Amino acid sequence: MTRIDRTFEALRLEGRDAFVAYIMAGDPNQDRALEVMQGLPDAGVDIIELGLPFTDPMADGPTIQLAGQRALDGGMTLEKTLNMARAFRAGDDSTPIVLMGYYNPIYSRGVDRFLAEARAAGVDGLIIVDLPPEEDDELCIPAQKAGLNFIRLATPTTDDKRLSKVLQNTSGFVYYVSMTGITGAAEVQADTVAPEVARISASTDLPVIVGFGVKTPEAAAAVASVADGVVVGSAIVERIGRGDAVPEVLNFVKSLAEAAHQGEQVHD
Amino acid sequence: MTDLFNSFMTGPDEKGRFGDFGGRFVSETLMPLILELEDQYERAKTDDSFWAEMDFLWKHYVGRPSPLYHAERLSEHLGGARIYMKRDELNHTGAHKINNVLGQIILARRMGKTRIIAETGAGQHGVATATVCAKFGLKCVVYMGAHDVERQAPNVFRMKLLGAEVVPVTSGRGTLKDAMNDALRDWVTNVRDTFYCIGTVAGPHPYPAMVRDFQAIIGKEAKEQMMQAEGRLPDTIIAAIGGGSNAMGLFFPFLDDTDVNIIGVEAGGKGVNDKMEHCASLTGGRPGVLHGNRTYLLQDEDGQILEGFSISAGLDYPGIGPEHAWLHEIGRAQYVAITDKEALGAFQLCCELEGIIPALEPSHALAHVMKIAPELPSDHIICMNMCGRGDKDIFTVARALGVDMTGPEGRAVD
Ligand SMILES: Cc1ncc(COP(=O)(O)O)c(C=O)c1O
Repeated sequence: MTRIDRTFEALRLEGRDAFVAYIMAGDPNQDRALEVMQGLPDAGVDIIELGLPFTDPMADGPTIQLAGQRALDGGMTLEKTLNMARAFRAGDDSTPIVLMGYYNPIYSRGVDRFLAEARAAGVDGLIIVDLPPEEDDELCIPAQKAGLNFIRLATPTTDDKRLSKVLQNTSGFVYYVSMTGITGAAEVQADTVAPEVARISASTDLPVIVGFGVKTPEAAAAVASVADGVVVGSAIVERIGRGDAVPEVLNFVKSLAEAAHQGEQVHD
Repeated sequence: MTDLFNSFMTGPDEKGRFGDFGGRFVSETLMPLILELEDQYERAKTDDSFWAEMDFLWKHYVGRPSPLYHAERLSEHLGGARIYMKRDELNHTGAHKINNVLGQIILARRMGKTRIIAETGAGQHGVATATVCAKFGLKCVVYMGAHDVERQAPNVFRMKLLGAEVVPVTSGRGTLKDAMNDALRDWVTNVRDTFYCIGTVAGPHPYPAMVRDFQAIIGKEAKEQMMQAEGRLPDTIIAAIGGGSNAMGLFFPFLDDTDVNIIGVEAGGKGVNDKMEHCASLTGGRPGVLHGNRTYLLQDEDGQILEGFSISAGLDYPGIGPEHAWLHEIGRAQYVAITDKEALGAFQLCCELEGIIPALEPSHALAHVMKIAPELPSDHIICMNMCGRGDKDIFTVARALGVDMTGPEGRAVD
């Protein structure tokens, strides 16, 4: 059982939905990013998605692109991102960390070396946007072997024919992308998401978490009520980017987490 | 008959790989779209009516076949090899780009897509896409790096005249790779009605193979024309490389003619050194994954993509088509770099000796011809791809040569 599995097991017993928060490693600078990260569990975050900065984030909107650029301009690297995870892990042994990003920095470091380092740093799972099931041999299968969860995205274009392929080597949870588009785009509509989550849930025992387009506590509550959890990224990153103080950022996260936790789990 | 097991022309495999290069490194949202495209392309490829439509438009709209021209004065001046130019700069819209655009737009129409998006660097692919969209009454949106919008202003105006919307891209550093990122972001958002018309042999499978197949008309014609002119194949073929489409188009039909030397010319910018002021992905990069495929990329130690630098906006891309990466690794083709300065010299010489104003991109290929031709015997035949005309580049060249082309009001005059 991984930290992610244990977290969902605990949530299931408590009958609570998961709240997942995304921040970019090294944004706005390395110290502040770690400070925010360390405050997330107390603000009610169940799982942390830690963005791995990349120069060419094809699936991200301007908010997360700019966060990545700020991080890179401040000297952030894959190695320093792993150091950040390690520093967090030293003070928190239970909150799962999922690294989210693109393949090239990992490929450049070497898959085996990266997996060993990530595990040693206390990373629990990976979401790599540009690795669909067709490229599972690259990282997904080696990651599972190394004991890391590989979390796959399912999207509105994932039809029934593809769904089994998408679910096949997925572990930890399934991330349902609420819309065709990039991060930080339009507001999510809970009623269009609900049947999609139901369709995926019918094919897997894994929790289904919904992200993209969730910007407010209201939206988080609405989405959580039709899924097993909800992810907020751009709305948090935007506040970090415009210079909100760490307690303000964490207060906003808290309001999201409280709203999300009102929802009931779809899987029970 | 070519032995299939020893052929260089069978790629890509079912995973879209040329050796270890290529593939389908895209987000899940795009995955069903590229599988659908692959399926539709495989069908069109074996459909005579598809090629009949292409042939008709290549002939009557583009002006194919393009001539194969013996550059006598240039050959004489260099005093070595016999130099031929494949004149794709005479195509409608002034470059090879339209060969590919025509194929993709006919395919898009078959697929019922009504909105076409494209990325462009020099603006030649954007102009070609806007042109064919105008012809067929399709909506066209072209993403172009803000920096390129500035240095290729005449092409921006052309695209607008042709009814296209030009979106200046400021994300990242505002260059060709960022334009490609934004085109992908558009596609992932508008999945139902939109067709992404990629301008070079890059991107996820099936683009590298499909664009190559459409551009291969260049090499096919050159082969026949050379047989007519000289009764034999050339000894060396040479083309410039941005993403690598004009080069792949010339090279592909010659891959199994192993007596033919194949040379790709990358943009060396200010020189291929550790300052990275160049765009020579094979000469100065290493394998990585970007824009849907594995290939050679300009990148730093951490796997972050670097900006290229070249006087030529059309060569300013930090990657290269995956088939070139493979040809490089197996040694079937040789890749070299030419600096801005050398390309400018070739540009001027071509104007003066042949009465042809070349684009800065093929000027790189020509500069390499100038390097090797003098050392070669007079019965050595070189065929270079004159893949674009230089009208779009006159302001850039004037600036580089220190000529002031601004009018009395301080504006550029044509
Ligand atoms: C005339 C010309 N040649 C070459 C290129 C580079 O592209 P490729 O390497 O795909 O032929 C361009 C790109 O804009 C171009 O306009």
